[in-house]
Parts: sequence; C-alpha cells; structure tokens
Amino acid sequence: MSEPQSSAARLPGAPGFNLFHYASPQTFYPLAGRLLWPCWLLAAALCAIGLYIGFFVAPTDATQGDSYRIIFIHVPAAWMSMVVYLAMAFWCIVGLIFNTRLSFMMSSALAPTGALWAFVALWTGALWGKPTWGTYWVWDARLTSELILFFLYCGYMALQAAIDDPRRADRAGALIAIVGAVNVPIIYFSVKWWNTLHQGASVSLTAAPTMATTMLWGMLVMALAAWAYTVGAALLRVRAIMIERERHTDWVRQLAQGGGSRT
Amino acid sequence: MKPRHKRMALVGAGVALLVGAVALVLNAFSDNMVFFFTPTQVAAKEAPQNRTFRIGGMVQDGSLQRQPDGTTVHFIVTDTAHAIPVTYTGALPDLFKEGKGVVAQGKLREDGVFAASEVLAKHDENYMPPEAAHALEQARKAQSTVVQ
Repeated sequence: MSEPQSSAARLPGAPGFNLFHYASPQTFYPLAGRLLWPCWLLAAALCAIGLYIGFFVAPTDATQGDSYRIIFIHVPAAWMSMVVYLAMAFWCIVGLIFNTRLSFMMSSALAPTGALWAFVALWTGALWGKPTWGTYWVWDARLTSELILFFLYCGYMALQAAIDDPRRADRAGALIAIVGAVNVPIIYFSVKWWNTLHQGASVSLTAAPTMATTMLWGMLVMALAAWAYTVGAALLRVRAIMIERERHTDWVRQLAQGGGSRT
Repeated sequence: MKPRHKRMALVGAGVALLVGAVALVLNAFSDNMVFFFTPTQVAAKEAPQNRTFRIGGMVQDGSLQRQPDGTTVHFIVTDTAHAIPVTYTGALPDLFKEGKGVVAQGKLREDGVFAASEVLAKHDENYMPPEAAHALEQARKAQSTVVQ
C-alpha cells in the first residue's frame, strides 16, 4: 500500500488519520468496494420486506381502494429524488471550497440515480393520478416542480458530458447542482404554499402521520430500501468514475496489474 | 485570508444571493401559482372573469343531481364559507363523491353557475382502512346527533 498519509497531508488542517483520509480516490476506492455488497443485500432484504407489507399486510384504503398501493414506490422515489439532489449540491459545495476531486466524482455518481428516482416518482404518480384524480397529468405546483427537478438532473448530466475537461465539467455541473437545489424546498412545500391538486404531506417531521400504521411501516421500509440502493449504486458508479479519471495515476496502474486483490 | 476561506465566502455569498432572488421571485409569483380558486375567492371576484379557470373545494353533501340525459350532473362546490353551483357533462372520476374534494375547470356563467369542462377528484392526505373510515363516520354522526 502506497502512503495514504501523503494524500491526506495535502489537505490543509487534516493531519494524521481522520475523515479526510478517505477524501482521496486511492483510499476511498477499496472502502467503496467493501461497502457495495452490504448495500445490495440490505436493499434487497428491505425491498422484499417492504413489498410484502405493502401488498399483503397493509389494508385497502377506504376511498382509493388498492390503487393507493403505488405509494410504496411513489413516495420513497419522490423522497429520494429530493435527497439525492441535496446530496449532489452538498458534494459540489464541498468540492468548490476544499478543491477535492472526489467530491465532484460523488456528485456525478449520484446524478443518474437521482434522475431515475425523479422519473419513477413522476411515472408512478401519473399511473396513480388517472384512477384517483381522473387525469395523468396537471400543471400544478407540485407536479411541475418535480418535473423541473428531473430536467435539472438531465441538464447536469448533459452539461458534464458535453465538456471534455473534467475540472471545467465539474465546475459547470456544480453550478447547476447548487442553483437547482433551491427547487427542492419548493417541491417539498409546494403543497403548503399554493393550492395544488396534489394532496399535502401524510408524513412529516412536525405532525403525526395521517395514515394507518401498517401502511406507514411499509412505506418507511421501502424508503430505507431506496436509501440502501441509492448508496450502493452511487458507490458502484463512483468507483468506475475514479478509475476512469485517475487512469494515468500509479494506483490505478497497480490496480490494473493485479493489485485488485487489495479491494 | 486563505484561498479556501475566500472560496468559502464566495460560495456562501453566491448561495445567499440566490436564495434571496428566489424568495423574491416566489413572492411575486405566489398569486399566479394558484392551481384553483376557492369559492370564497370567486365570491370576492379574485378569480379571472370571462376566462377559463379552476375552482376547488368540497362537493356539498346532498347537492349532487344527475340530470335525465344521464351524463350531465349538477352539484355545489363549497369551502363552507361560500358555495358555487356547478354543471358538468361527461364522465366523473371514480373518487368523485359528496363530501370529498373536487377541482373543476371551466368558466363562470353570467347566472353565477360554473360550467365545468373537466372535473378532477382531489384526494386528501389521509390514508386509512375502510373499517377506520366507517368508525370515523359513525363517530361524526354520533357527535352531530348529540349536538342536535
């Protein structure tokens, strides 16, 4: 193992071992590799439990019948689409301030998964909207702001892909990620601030949930499964990005020459 | 000042400016971001005249009248303070019910009747099994008889 201290020492205010130790791709790569399988297993187990509760334990809804069961996918997906965007903005801010390469890589690694969640939220919402509201789509504040979030993800990925120099691509992407983050509270509070067709939040940090307990549990377990999947997918992708971007460095060459057993 | 602190200040100032700008924009737009108008707003003439808009509220209990032609319905949308009679021809969504939320798009006629071209059911944030809904309904009835 080559000296990880040297990379840590380059960061100001980070002497010896601390969190910054893992701020270099070289040391983060094996750690990310070790975390992958626990994430996948956790995601699969939680998803199985969550779907079981959602389909077999949770009762039918009094007004919507069984079509409400879309919430077991729709709500976790919508939550994750917002959380992932905030995480991207966070990593971009860290990257801009501390000039760490890995932060921007984390942000790029999160984007496709976030876009996937936003798309799933929009798609499942449309499928639920038809039987419940009588329409697939309306231009109300909640739906429109979530669609904008999806476009922001797409714009971030497109901009990064369009610029060849990774450092400039990172900075340009960071601008979208940080500026676009103001959309997230707008999505969340849209149902409070304006009259929307979309109903208000059933689950919030400030009030008791307005749904039956087993329904709530199914939703929360599915949300945890979504978290585990998101972390796993981001780690898998960030490993690929690290190798691609650092392909000219010694540690990647060593890895390619059979040093992979270190992972 | 270290370069890192300078960057931190720059990013911080940028984010602060951005948040301020968005707050102002949202504040300015807040009146135009309305998906529907409540009957009270319509009564106060806040809704657009001679233009299509949406009204939202509850379908008043006992107000739903199906017309002989089979597809036209009359009902009253209320927000408990004001009420607007609505006429609509077409298929209603499954969740359309008296006492439940509704959003209707259309125009306000001269005679004060709202001629809807589209009716959507608005669902609330409550999810419960039928037994719980039944129990709630019973409790509500019991309470109203006590009051009487």
